[in-house]
Amino acid sequence: MNLLQDLSKHLAACEFKGYRFSCLPMHGEQEVLRVEVIGREEVPIFITVTETQILCISYLFTKQEIHQEKEAELNQYLLELNVPMPLSSFALVEDYYTIFGALDRESKTESIKQELITLAGNSIDTLQALEDYFK
Amino acid sequence: MNVITKLLTSLRGGARELGEAVVDTQAMRIFEQEIEDSKTSLAEAKEGLTEIVAKKMATERKLSDIKSKIAENEAYAMKALNQADEALALEVAEKIAKLETTADEVSGEFDSYDQNVTILKSQIQEAEKIIAEHERELAMVKARESVQQATKSVTQTVTANDSSIGTARESLERIKQKQQDEQDKLNAGIHLRKELQGDDLDKKLKDAGIKRDKHSAADVLARLKEQK
Repeated sequence: MNLLQDLSKHLAACEFKGYRFSCLPMHGEQEVLRVEVIGREEVPIFITVTETQILCISYLFTKQEIHQEKEAELNQYLLELNVPMPLSSFALVEDYYTIFGALDRESKTESIKQELITLAGNSIDTLQALEDYFK
Repeated sequence: MNVITKLLTSLRGGARELGEAVVDTQAMRIFEQEIEDSKTSLAEAKEGLTEIVAKKMATERKLSDIKSKIAENEAYAMKALNQADEALALEVAEKIAKLETTADEVSGEFDSYDQNVTILKSQIQEAEKIIAEHERELAMVKARESVQQATKSVTQTVTANDSSIGTARESLERIKQKQQDEQDKLNAGIHLRKELQGDDLDKKLKDAGIKRDKHSAADVLARLKEQK
């Protein structure tokens, strides 16, 4: 029983709060599922699993894409924005600024779908809000 | 082992290269094995506990039996005394004495099992806590490894349908374009509704004779009649 494979099948066939999903498995050393929330395709979400967690990542921009002199200020604000942002948080992965959500591996599919649509919405809002920080 | 401290230390040391061992991979594998071993030991300990609890219960029953026998024999001894048969009473008394000695031994065994059960339960609880804690620590390293690997896959993939990650500016452009398209559609819808409503009003005015057709047959006939 492969969690990502089952999830992929489920997402392709379901409708959740009016949203539908489109999935693309990415094979490699670490299995990743690329999910687009239909209507919010600009911000694809990448899902991977560990023994205990389901990790959902939305890659927003790299350090190189922002004005260097505003970096410290940006980091400060993102930390503060983590509290109001539902179900996910800002995270730095290598040089990528991301929005990152973690779920227990045993989570219900409803929870995963809620996470996905929320993450996508948060990502779009964030990109629009942070426009001034981009070069 | 405070994994967060270790991770922070290595971050400070600039260990950002993908694939670079942030926390000693070998140490982590050993750690993982230790957790597995601990879980096996825990399962064995729980089985052991079940056995000891069973033995304790058996000993309890045995003790209870002996005590009943003692009570029974004491009754016989009393009867013998009442019949003034001291010799018989003495015989029974000897039997009672042996039973009492056995009862002491069994009671000792029971106490021993009882203590073992208490100690074992407490050790099992401790072990469960430690395993949970170790799993939490391992989850941190696993999450980091998984995300690193996933990011590597994602950022290095370039496919025909362009599923690689673009820049934020590109994403923003697409978002704005889509919103503009949606706004245009919305506006077009509004405009269309207005047009339809406008035609409707025109028709009503004409029917009421308020607005006349610019060129009406009646007018033309009237003009021609005047020309005649």
